[in-house]
Amino acid sequence: MCSHYLDCAAVACALLMLAACEREKRDFNPPPAGASVGASADVAKMLDHYERNASALAAGKRLWTWYNCNGCHANGGGGSGPPLMDDVWIYGGDAMTIYRTISEGRPNGMPAFRGRVPEDQLWQLTAYVRSLSGLAPMDAVTNRDDAFLTRPPEAMLDQPDPERARPSAGSGQR
Amino acid sequence: MMDGMHDVWLPAGPQAATLFQLWIAMLVVCVLVFVGVMAALAIALRRAPRATAATPPDLAVLTRGEPRLHRLIGGAVALSGVLLIGLLVASFLTDRAIAQLPLVDAVRIDLIAHQWWWEARYEPGDPARVFATANELHVPVGRPVLLTLRADDVIHSFWVPNLHGKKDLIPGRESTFAFRADRKGVYRGQCTEFCGYQHAHMGLFVIADEPGDYARWEAAQRLPARAPRSDEERRGFELTTGSTCGMCHTIVGTSAQGQRAPDLTHLAARSTLAAGTVPNTAVTLKAWVANPQAIKPGVNMPAHAFADGDLAAISAYLGSLQ
Repeated sequence: MCSHYLDCAAVACALLMLAACEREKRDFNPPPAGASVGASADVAKMLDHYERNASALAAGKRLWTWYNCNGCHANGGGGSGPPLMDDVWIYGGDAMTIYRTISEGRPNGMPAFRGRVPEDQLWQLTAYVRSLSGLAPMDAVTNRDDAFLTRPPEAMLDQPDPERARPSAGSGQR
Repeated sequence: MMDGMHDVWLPAGPQAATLFQLWIAMLVVCVLVFVGVMAALAIALRRAPRATAATPPDLAVLTRGEPRLHRLIGGAVALSGVLLIGLLVASFLTDRAIAQLPLVDAVRIDLIAHQWWWEARYEPGDPARVFATANELHVPVGRPVLLTLRADDVIHSFWVPNLHGKKDLIPGRESTFAFRADRKGVYRGQCTEFCGYQHAHMGLFVIADEPGDYARWEAAQRLPARAPRSDEERRGFELTTGSTCGMCHTIVGTSAQGQRAPDLTHLAARSTLAAGTVPNTAVTLKAWVANPQAIKPGVNMPAHAFADGDLAAISAYLGSLQ
């Protein structure tokens, strides 16, 4: 009888683990660069594809240095660009706004990367930027770093109130 | 496609030759020992039986030793020890010999392994003379080459069997590696430490040129990219520098200055694409730009939705970068 319950528990655990398969699903055939899906992208789908996906978040983390985001925003702490690891958002911290900030650029220095960075990479970067301030799910964020880190790892950040992903009052122009 | 030698039996440098001698010595000793052991076993098996089931056990050995057998076994153990120590000394001397390559007038190259290609920066110490290439190392015959090995992401290993042994490239750790090619030729190398999805497609070529040919190649590599000449090349140039390419690739003399993917300044001078995966022709170049994932799944380069005419123009421009 006891072993019967154990079997059931083992099967339940195995089924639970299946749910994590999506977490590291990697897309070898992303939409090609130049194909425009951003304008009509379904944000909920984007969240499933990128923000809850560990390999997409890790890819975003690599692109962060590859495309020199750290040139201005450093490791998230900010430099000549605003910091991204705090909960202050000039334009808003929701996925679509961050996506637009990266693709269309913003005044005072943020370049537009549309046409330069493929669509799926823009979403990977968006997801990673959100993870910098703890807005991505803790079970999917990267917890590995090649370089010496000057901030807490993404997986050890406090999960902020999602309400705070709105433009912060008084932060208007910077 | 370029088809380099990839064979420890044909050493083309002093270090590969020394290693080959050690390999032959080990092979000969091990074969002789193996044959000897098998012969002893055959003799023991074929000896006529000295007893039947009815013979009472021979306990003479308890009171009287077996000096002949003792001498034989003692001799064999001593011989094994001598042979093993001999091989140890030979291996030590080989290590010494390959470490003592004179490095006067060495060609200095930074070799950085990436998933899944090789980045080479020639003369990294001199900003006026440095240039970058990928997956194909030209070296002058008879001159030592000093590689500084680095890895960008995971552990890789460098092995060109005709020239030297293996050495790992470890992230965060710089190591050096010297070799010399004494014979002109094309030698194929390969990553020999499993490094991910496309480990098998991480080849490189070491091309040993006569010093004159090498000097010409080096001078050509140091020049900026050739300007587009025909209308199609010009269109390809605009598309290449105006789209995603420049985020990762460098084409010296243009606005493409990315540092994350192979340098394309003299792409047409290389004989393969994607680290020895496909030959570098107009057809494969077009197919590669359109969808690298179809040729090398998992590679970091994304597919591009260029129109067919635009792809042809890009391929024409990249194909002109001699």
